[in-house]
Amino acid sequence: MNKEDWKKKQKTCKERDFRFTTVSDLPVKPLYLPDDIRDFDYDKKLSYPGEFPFTRGVYTNMYRGRLWTMRQFSGFGTAKDTNERYKYLLKHGQTGLSVAFDFPTLYGRDSDDPFSQGEVGKCGVAIDTLRDMEILFDGIPLDKISTSMTINPPAAILLAMYIVVGEKQGVLAEVLTGTIQNDMLKEYQAQKTWIYPPEPSLRIITDILEYCSEHVPKWNTISISGYHIREAGSTALQELAFTLANGLTYVEYGTKAGLSVDKFAPRLSFFFNSHLDFFEEIAKYRAARRIWAKVMHDKYRAQNPRSYLMRFHTQTAGCTLTAQQPENNIIRTAFQALAAVLGGTQSLHTNSMDETYALPTERAVKIALRTQQLIAHETGAANTIDPLGGSYYVEALTDELEKRTYEYFDKIDTLGGVVPAIEKGFFQREISRSAYEYQRALEHKVKYHVGINMFEEEGGADIEILKIPEEIEKNQIEELKEVKKQRNSVKVKRALKQLYSAAGNGENLMPRILDCVREYATLGEICSTLKEEFGIYHEPIIF
Amino acid sequence: MQKKIRVLIGKPGLDGHDRGVKIVAAALRDAGIEVIYTGLHQTCESIVEAAIQEDVDIIGLSILSGAHMTIFPKIINLLKQKEAEDIIVIGGGIIPEEDIKKLNEMGVKKLFTPGTSTKEIIKYVKSIVQKT
Repeated sequence: MNKEDWKKKQKTCKERDFRFTTVSDLPVKPLYLPDDIRDFDYDKKLSYPGEFPFTRGVYTNMYRGRLWTMRQFSGFGTAKDTNERYKYLLKHGQTGLSVAFDFPTLYGRDSDDPFSQGEVGKCGVAIDTLRDMEILFDGIPLDKISTSMTINPPAAILLAMYIVVGEKQGVLAEVLTGTIQNDMLKEYQAQKTWIYPPEPSLRIITDILEYCSEHVPKWNTISISGYHIREAGSTALQELAFTLANGLTYVEYGTKAGLSVDKFAPRLSFFFNSHLDFFEEIAKYRAARRIWAKVMHDKYRAQNPRSYLMRFHTQTAGCTLTAQQPENNIIRTAFQALAAVLGGTQSLHTNSMDETYALPTERAVKIALRTQQLIAHETGAANTIDPLGGSYYVEALTDELEKRTYEYFDKIDTLGGVVPAIEKGFFQREISRSAYEYQRALEHKVKYHVGINMFEEEGGADIEILKIPEEIEKNQIEELKEVKKQRNSVKVKRALKQLYSAAGNGENLMPRILDCVREYATLGEICSTLKEEFGIYHEPIIF
Repeated sequence: MQKKIRVLIGKPGLDGHDRGVKIVAAALRDAGIEVIYTGLHQTCESIVEAAIQEDVDIIGLSILSGAHMTIFPKIINLLKQKEAEDIIVIGGGIIPEEDIKKLNEMGVKKLFTPGTSTKEIIKYVKSIVQKT
């Protein structure tokens, strides 16, 4: 039979009453054929793992050499509570740490700030001073483990605290490994934790790039994150395009500040979501690697091959979890985790089934970790590199996402670049629109979500839920008082004053922040000092 | 002509999760309800003040950060202080069952949890304002 005859035959077949698209509304054909990837040049489009343009993976031997890092994002209550959870996870085979901070910490506010009321230790761990960080990593050797910290406006301060904890353990900054998220552009677009306006925020980021390239050379200085863009409601394409545009903007600012691209680009890393649509997600990761490598080579003239590598962390999609029939979330997460592995992720967080209710219990987080271990050791998915490479569908989808990403780049360029587009509310509007359309598609049953608009069940879920005790806030504030009493307030004041002058005169802020941290200045004190010079950000209101 | 229903939608505290609240705001607006959205990081005081000034029928708060047991009671108390208890307080977010009961007793009329459709929220808003 020839192709045309088959197509005719297929058209006469019964078909389900369903709009066949990806979850992000890209059209999906019944069958993909060699002519869907016409003019396919293997060497140019794919090449080999570890070779330009890295479509098939950033490393030559990928998971046959070393599995991805199993890194569960975790933090709650006080530093002591979280330290115990870390030890529990490490005991059960986790291979890296990832710190979740509470809202006050994320916004650079102390636990006794009026705005922090009710939020201390709730969504993550409360950190006010170096003392809390010392407790957080007590008994965890920083030269043996890598740590990722999801922290943005106060990233420089938390990194400084980590460096000083290392010093106290006798670990030199040169050997510290880990990541700070430090991606402010996506904050204005999606995650919405901000302090200062975009320009001073970008100045702090370039200070970190410069400082780390000299002093903390193994540290991933920015984790350019699509995760939150997607969670805020974007499509896969928007996640891909906006994240890459943000990444390229950091490259622009770094080079404008006089840094050589090959000095800082190798330490840029990425963070993506793994959502419901299995193949679309895999294609997204493959397209991301290829676009990054090409643009870094063609536009930014990077010479160091490490500047081309898009290394990324993945987290399964929290926004796809349901409060209804929460056990189903284990299965959703497993599929999403498998997509991340087939897409070549460097590290992975799997969500726990109970996260639409609260932070996860020990039992729930262990199942989530075991999900990764099952994929690694039972499914065979890690035996060969990029096993879906060459699939007509996956290659066609990879090409399509790549093409549409460049179209978004053009659109952003016509708006004057990422920062002006943020100020005009472009990204915010695009993301809100996609989120609203997706919700409407669910309500009109154009798209489905099990337990929400199909196979619904009456009655609530019967699962154990983690409770954060209310007294944590009081205890944390007491601790903070104690630290303030014990420190040398003259030295604290002097360090803060020097930081303030550095903010005004343009010198690199990192050494000044390190001085403040060493004197046990609080996170809030340091951020307030910078606020005086930098001002605060006000969002354009769009819905 | 019947007076349009006016709703103030707010994000109190530090919580930045605004996907849900924006969807609810847009859905209410598209259903012909007048919506005032405060934006992020509002204090309870500024929300109550805005609600009184804007003469709204309902305050709808979105809280996904776990701070609901602090923020809702504060709003209710502020409304009492300002003698504006006729404004109905509703909300949504990540709120456990047992806390919902306690908050209902304190005077929060209704709390919507994950998976609620916008149709259900619109229907509720229209019915509760007509009743009062």
